[in-house]
Amino acid sequence: MNEVISVSGLVKTFGRTRALDGLDLTVRPGEVHGFLGPNGAGKSTTIRVLLGLLRADAGSSRLLGGDPWRDATTLHRRLAYVPGDVTLWPNLSGGEVIDLLGRLRGGLDPRRRDELLERFELDPKKKGRAYSKGNRQKVALVAALASDAELLILDEPTSGLDPLMEEVFQECVRDERGSGRTVLLSSHILSEVEALCDRVTIIRKGRTVETGTLSELRHLTRTSIRAELAGPPDGLADLPGVHDPEVKDGTFKCEVETARLDTLLRRLTEIGVRGLTSQPPTLEELFLRHYQDDLNGKGASTGSSGARDAKAGSR
Amino acid sequence: MTALAGTGALTRLALRRDRIMLPVWLYLIVFMAASTVSSTKGLYPDVASRAELASNTNDTPALVALYGRVYDPTSLGAVSMLKLNVLAAVAAAALSIVLVVRHTRADEESGRQELVGATAVGRRAPLTSALTVVLSANLTLAVLCALGLTIAGLPAAGSAAAGLAWGGVGMAFGAIAAVFAQLTAHARTATGYSFAALGAFYLIRAMGDASGAGGPRWLSWLSPIGWGQQFRPYAGNRWWVLLIMVAFAAVMTVVAYSLVSRRDLGAGVLPDREGPAAAAPRLRGAISLWWRLQRGSLLGWAIAFMVLGAALGGIASNVGDMVGSQQAHDLITKLGGEKGITDAFLAAEMGFSAIFAAAFGVQAVGRLRAEETGQRTEPALATGVSRWRWAAGPVLIALFGGAVLLLLAGAVSGAVYASQSGDGAQFGRLVGASLVQIPAAWVMVGVVVLGYGLLPRLASLGWAVLVVFLLIGEMGPLLKLPGWVMDVSPFAHTPKLPGTTWSVTPLLWMLAITAVLVGAGLWAFRRRDITS
Repeated sequence: MNEVISVSGLVKTFGRTRALDGLDLTVRPGEVHGFLGPNGAGKSTTIRVLLGLLRADAGSSRLLGGDPWRDATTLHRRLAYVPGDVTLWPNLSGGEVIDLLGRLRGGLDPRRRDELLERFELDPKKKGRAYSKGNRQKVALVAALASDAELLILDEPTSGLDPLMEEVFQECVRDERGSGRTVLLSSHILSEVEALCDRVTIIRKGRTVETGTLSELRHLTRTSIRAELAGPPDGLADLPGVHDPEVKDGTFKCEVETARLDTLLRRLTEIGVRGLTSQPPTLEELFLRHYQDDLNGKGASTGSSGARDAKAGSR
Repeated sequence: MTALAGTGALTRLALRRDRIMLPVWLYLIVFMAASTVSSTKGLYPDVASRAELASNTNDTPALVALYGRVYDPTSLGAVSMLKLNVLAAVAAAALSIVLVVRHTRADEESGRQELVGATAVGRRAPLTSALTVVLSANLTLAVLCALGLTIAGLPAAGSAAAGLAWGGVGMAFGAIAAVFAQLTAHARTATGYSFAALGAFYLIRAMGDASGAGGPRWLSWLSPIGWGQQFRPYAGNRWWVLLIMVAFAAVMTVVAYSLVSRRDLGAGVLPDREGPAAAAPRLRGAISLWWRLQRGSLLGWAIAFMVLGAALGGIASNVGDMVGSQQAHDLITKLGGEKGITDAFLAAEMGFSAIFAAAFGVQAVGRLRAEETGQRTEPALATGVSRWRWAAGPVLIALFGGAVLLLLAGAVSGAVYASQSGDGAQFGRLVGASLVQIPAAWVMVGVVVLGYGLLPRLASLGWAVLVVFLLIGEMGPLLKLPGWVMDVSPFAHTPKLPGTTWSVTPLLWMLAITAVLVGAGLWAFRRRDITS
């Protein structure tokens, strides 16, 4: 077991609400792992269980080789956490909070701290109550990034940052990966996850619905095809795996399940292709598909079989 | 008048938000006024007893500094105003400060005003509506107090003067708060400065009132609290003082409006004080963080306990003369002599200081809950700090802070009493009397720790428990409650020192109970979920 985080069958209920319902999550050493899900899916609850702030009702969870509840204090010295909603002590300055959190964690690198303050353009002299949401988040980010923790747990860390700072954040996370740290990044911002993450776990209603590398996940979804054809597009629409076919002035457009792509391409070349554009699925489409499954009500079955496929594929 | 557009809607919104707080606060002030009158009537039924109280009060500088003078020794109303005038004025001032800051700067800071400001609401509307609310509150207060005091049996004219005096003081401080709410960018700072002004004006009045014939008595005229007393309800009813109050409030209001039109939304006029760019080396652990968070509050309590101690020590030497009727005086003299009265008085006041020390403890431990609901506990516990250590900070501050507060009250009152009476032994007696109060105050800390450990919400029950213990102690003998009910309160088990024989057993029991409660609370806290 050398995984940094390994969670399986995690269950957490609050009264009648089942916040986590058999959730699985595996994070390997040195990877940036994207943790995706709509609001209320259970991302923050999972993180709180991993931090030993909540006690799980069932399932197993290991963090850095220890038990997140029993060994909380010793494990916490090896990780740094940035909450989604950062509140600071109103009469402590930002600089004081950064140093304090660092010391509570067992030390931080003063050079790196100053460098990060500069990169994030953060004034450390302001009092906690005077910072805006984005600046409060920067305080927590600097404190976490300047630590020498082996694992960073970031819960929607950029929701208050402007696009420029978002860019700085992405650079910093790439640096962290370069220096061998493991990052669990929970996020809403799909472009961010796409840009940063090696592997992704998508959860919905407290369950894992997809997990794997981005390319594995892409494999499970559809590619958009737009082809200018030499002949009539006979039979294309009836091919297995082709969705939303559309023919207009000799141009054929459709979405095709990525696994069935070659069947379609073979048929297209038989007809004769004058021009072809193909667009791989974006993470957004991947993500939205699970929403759509929800909306269409057929949902969970395709979702969880997808997850199994992806896991099988990644092993 | 586009700058005022939307004032009506904002005022209605403000009144709706205050629909519970405002009536409760007004009711408490009126109730306090009316019940003071009826108890004064019972304690000092005839002119002779009132005259004696009045002359003793006016001859005791510590009492005059605390409460002011009695301006007509014969009138029941004027004698009732001793204590009551200052208390009601301070209560009206506090209510007004809270109201104004809540509806101006607090709304602006939270961003609610921006939401509202983007609609058809004028620039001056929030301030105008806050001032409208505070003016209506103070007018209502004046009318209700005048009615309440009249119904309690005092002359109508004096009652009207008393009501107007308190409403006027309230309005003056409402206007002061309106200025601070424009000057500072944060509600906490605005409230802090306004209450500091209240404290300063109280002190100025105390110095003016307590000074002798040749001294700076005019100081009382520099303070709105002083105006409230110089109104002299039931002792001449100087109606013209109301004009000073109105003029002062008007000037402050003009200042506040001119500040509104000079600044941006969200900004203050005073710059934000900067903090250090890096933490001092001593800010390095959970305990030092908690000390940093609570030292200011402890300092404030310490000052209050020292002032209380000085007043107690100053009053102690005159207590014997102050017992109202001659019969009561004779009775007490028979029972234990003048010394017995003084000791009984000091023991009772020490018992009160134990309740205040317990209140500090409830507040200090309650901060654990505030940190948890404020989501600052979570990032702290996600570091190498154990839950045990995190909770230990405020618990230690509550226990040792409470003990230090009691010791201060005992030492200061002992020093003052010893120097006034020329009896050096009094210092040790009063320090001892204050130290025996510690265990009962600690039991209250234990109750709150246990509540918080089980469920954060239960921490605020500590206040309710404290009030119940206070009521049991005060009303129990009157209501003839059974002994076991009285024994529920830890304060009932504290030896009545100075002046009686006592045993250490109840103290040891209370220490043991404290240890069990604190231990159980911390154990429960280590096992429960952190709420978010």
